[in-house]
Amino acid sequence: MKHALKSAFLATLPVMTGYLVLGFGFGLVLMDAGGSIPLAAAMSGFIYAGSMQYAAVGLLTEGSTLLSAALMTLMVNARHLFYGVSMLEKYRGMGVAKPYLIFALTDETYSLLCQQNLPVPESGRKAYCLLVSLLDHLWWVLGTLLGAAAGAVIAINTEGVDFTLTALFVTVLTEQWLTAEDRVPAMIGGGVSLVCLALFGPADFLIPAMAGIALLLILYTDGRRVTRHE
Amino acid sequence: MNDVHAWLMVAVIAAVTALTRFLPFLVFGGEKKPPQVVERLGTVLPGAIMAMLVVYCLKGTTFSTAEGWLPAFLGVFVTAGLHVWKRNTLLSIVGGTVCYMLLVQLVF
Repeated sequence: MKHALKSAFLATLPVMTGYLVLGFGFGLVLMDAGGSIPLAAAMSGFIYAGSMQYAAVGLLTEGSTLLSAALMTLMVNARHLFYGVSMLEKYRGMGVAKPYLIFALTDETYSLLCQQNLPVPESGRKAYCLLVSLLDHLWWVLGTLLGAAAGAVIAINTEGVDFTLTALFVTVLTEQWLTAEDRVPAMIGGGVSLVCLALFGPADFLIPAMAGIALLLILYTDGRRVTRHE
Repeated sequence: MNDVHAWLMVAVIAAVTALTRFLPFLVFGGEKKPPQVVERLGTVLPGAIMAMLVVYCLKGTTFSTAEGWLPAFLGVFVTAGLHVWKRNTLLSIVGGTVCYMLLVQLVF
């Protein structure tokens, strides 16, 4: 257990840096948008999905409908479905810890636990997976609370701090653009969104954009698919 | 934003997020493989959604005044440029945000 804790702690160090900074930014942005510390804590504790929490600040500020919030969550977090599919085997036999492990499977935790060779012996695998998940969750909530507290206490000029979320998405998009084998999906996503924004206006473009993107992507991958025998 | 609607929305987002995480284990917990259309969407959805989110963040842009679009465009440019240059996620986010904050607070 002690060995597992040490290995888990060391493995999560890079995630700690990222989660403390991004969590801090989230707390600050939410307070800047009129949120409260309990709301910030609840979001990081129970939603625990970075990109979606940043996107949620916009939805909360606008007072969007619950339906568009649900649809947006589905689209933004659809990638989790694929993490899950690839972790089916690894999380077999995890016992009572399994529901929590599944709940806490963020991009970063997935990147640490999806590896073939974990830095612990087979007997310590369960403890290691649980500790990595718990520590990452802790860093995220801690960063959020520090950011929310700073937003509540310190009288700094935070005008423009909400750009953090734009910058987050631009950074991830740039990284995907640089590493992608196929850039057409990104162009579909951006193109359809811009067209819908022009057609429906800022308040109503999101749902048609999501529907259009899903439809075009299905058609696109269908056309691209090589005929294969099942 | 601390009314009942906000808390309800947080609950909905938490529930749907959990659903996306639990669904594969509930549906494909046995030996079943996910349907092809799900697999195919999975490979292309992340890139498309990130581009949609960038548009979502910039939807308030107006072109009637310089301050309606220039700070945001420069911020995006600096963020993407830093990322192409250094490939360091935190540096790109913090650098782009600081640049934008300086522009809206001091210049425009």
